[in-house]
Amino acid sequence: MELMLGNKAVARGAYEAGVRVATAYPGTPSTEITEFIANYDEIYTEWSPNEKIAMEVAIGASIAGGRAIVSMKHVGLNVAADPLFTVSYTGVNGGLVVVVADDPGMHSSQNEQDSRYYARSAHIPMLEPADSQEAKDFVKLAFELSEKYDTPVLLRLTTRISHSQSLVSLEEPLPFSIKEYTKNPQKYVMMPGMARKRHVFVEQRMKDLAKDSCEFEINRIEMRSEKIGIITSGIVYQYAKEAFPEASFLKLGMVHPLPKDLILDFASRVETLYVLEELEPIIEEQVRSWGIPAIGKELFSVQGEYTANMIEQAISGITVNTQPAEELPNRPPVLCPGCPHRAVFYTLKKLKLTATGDIGCYTLGTLSPLEGLDTCVCMGASIGMAHGFEKVLGKDFAKKMIGVIGDSTFIHSGIGGLIDIVYNKGISTILILDNSITAMTGHQDNPSTGRTIKGEEAPILDLVTLVKAVGINNIHVLDPFDLETSRKVLKNELEKEEPSVIIFRRPCALLDKSKSLPLRIVPEKCKNCGLCLRIGCPAIQKLDECMVIDDALCNGCGLCERICRFNAMERVDL
Amino acid sequence: MQSINILIVGVGGQGTLLTSRVLGNLASDLEYDVKVSEVHGMAQRGGSVVTHVRFGKKVYSPLIEVGKADILLSFEKMEALRWLHYLKEGGMLIVNDQSINPMPVITGAAEYPDDILDRLKKSTAKAIIINAIDIAKEIGNIRVANSVLLGVLAKYTDIDYKNWEKALSRTVPPRTVEINLKAFDKGYNARV
Repeated sequence: MELMLGNKAVARGAYEAGVRVATAYPGTPSTEITEFIANYDEIYTEWSPNEKIAMEVAIGASIAGGRAIVSMKHVGLNVAADPLFTVSYTGVNGGLVVVVADDPGMHSSQNEQDSRYYARSAHIPMLEPADSQEAKDFVKLAFELSEKYDTPVLLRLTTRISHSQSLVSLEEPLPFSIKEYTKNPQKYVMMPGMARKRHVFVEQRMKDLAKDSCEFEINRIEMRSEKIGIITSGIVYQYAKEAFPEASFLKLGMVHPLPKDLILDFASRVETLYVLEELEPIIEEQVRSWGIPAIGKELFSVQGEYTANMIEQAISGITVNTQPAEELPNRPPVLCPGCPHRAVFYTLKKLKLTATGDIGCYTLGTLSPLEGLDTCVCMGASIGMAHGFEKVLGKDFAKKMIGVIGDSTFIHSGIGGLIDIVYNKGISTILILDNSITAMTGHQDNPSTGRTIKGEEAPILDLVTLVKAVGINNIHVLDPFDLETSRKVLKNELEKEEPSVIIFRRPCALLDKSKSLPLRIVPEKCKNCGLCLRIGCPAIQKLDECMVIDDALCNGCGLCERICRFNAMERVDL
Repeated sequence: MQSINILIVGVGGQGTLLTSRVLGNLASDLEYDVKVSEVHGMAQRGGSVVTHVRFGKKVYSPLIEVGKADILLSFEKMEALRWLHYLKEGGMLIVNDQSINPMPVITGAAEYPDDILDRLKKSTAKAIIINAIDIAKEIGNIRVANSVLLGVLAKYTDIDYKNWEKALSRTVPPRTVEINLKAFDKGYNARV
């Protein structure tokens, strides 16, 4: 038995299932799946530029005859939804498993959508494991089902499954050979004439699966007391077992389609039936639609994560624990000491610009004291949204606003927005904060880093040439720590009635190998003006009489030194 | 046996994750059922972080409920107070005597409470307060403060020293085994 993260168990499952191709775009909480798969030499693994492409590569691999797995976070599935709905029709050759990690409670996401709706609307079966052992087992089962029923299979994780460790027993990989590829336009070319026929197949497939799933071992009844019956799946099963070990359970391993007869049987054997599911009432509504009385969302929220205490209290009606949390100052996440984004946001604040923002570490620049961003919607949105602002508020307003995006996000889905601006004669100024890594999710490589996920050298995507090819004539590459030039260039570009792109290039502070000596503040020189606190560096603090730099945190970037009017900083000689 | 619940809290970047993984491996070595819940992603960037470690005969939920932690190990003073309500009555509280100002304090929007240790001592918890940073500095690497704290915790369990050594050695990066063992020993034998 090995103690394994849920995401690592998914990777192990892929290995044991004989997967040939694994693709992904990083996204918390799904990222580590593909990082762990990359450690298996047998499996071709890639970071794709975005989830749609990752999905398409996996579909191609599947139709070519190899088993393929593609992983993403919940919002990534929105990006990949287009191919998803149609690969439901084409079905597979080698098995195809789509892993999607939801984030109830939004630990690291911009919304808490429920991916189970995708399974329902795309007519694709979905499995949901409740611990790491199941995560591994369900991946293998998903491949079997995929090939048996000629369907992609969704595997749904949530943050607490992805990022919890539990014990897993390892098995040897299955012997799996590549299936023969034969040209079959009736199955793989979804023109209307073919697609209509395939839709008939899809509907029958889902009926068959719904019927057969009553016999699947992963949908299991655990009869104990008949007083309380609980239908649940995934992590909520664990919370509910913790709260009511003596209750009866119908634990669903497959959350779409539902095993109707099994549910009817279970409901008839218990006095009060509860459906427990985080987020949307998807199981509950189906159960009720079959005329089965069940209690669900009248007691439980569609928001956030559940807990064992919450379940115990809601069902028993007895207050479980009233110990309140202490009132304390918040501790929000911050840009790291030395982060190059901090310098960009300092410049933006000086210029008092409106800024459409995007998804990445730099989203943290929204928070006090930098307060640099006005919007954050989804990957790539900053550019199109800046254009939208201009079309309502006019060119004069566009001269006081910018779009802010990172290198990985720009490659993911920002480039299309830039094409739009050029084509439709916008004048936006777009800043690409290029730290040449996908940083927020934990430093994954991307086309701008010059390395693949396997650590092999790769061609470096030249952002300047790319932006030029789109039709941008005003392009600058700047060091964000050069505050003077940054301010000048920004002001100049904002005035132009043409679109501009400014690439602020400097490596992520956590990866920057060029070590600088940390700084300290000379008390005799410090006038205690507080200017250095305005950059929001966690290494600088105000003590009684003057500012102090924590030399254990400081990475010596020198931003505070550049803005100090009294030359109060000096390098610490270690 | 009832499950043992250990909540490890601190500030992103302090090494709480590694400590929880040592505990996870220890429990697995001792053939307990074990679950460890971690925090990845955005919250790791200097935010308030929490990891849950639960082990025993059978563990369902990877999360410790409010009021049910047997041990609360905090890498930072204010975080100890923030998560104190997770500790069961009479539970064990181990606190690293270090304060790290959060951004609202740095910007002046909030004040770092100056009575944290008093408030902690007033709770029902058996509180141990130790400056693991100073001990780690003495050993020569501030980053092994987490192993010092682990040593303090280990002392108050009935698990053999040898088992701790083994779990620690197989969890930390190979070239840091020696210094981590040293830090662990300092914590284990610290007079607190």
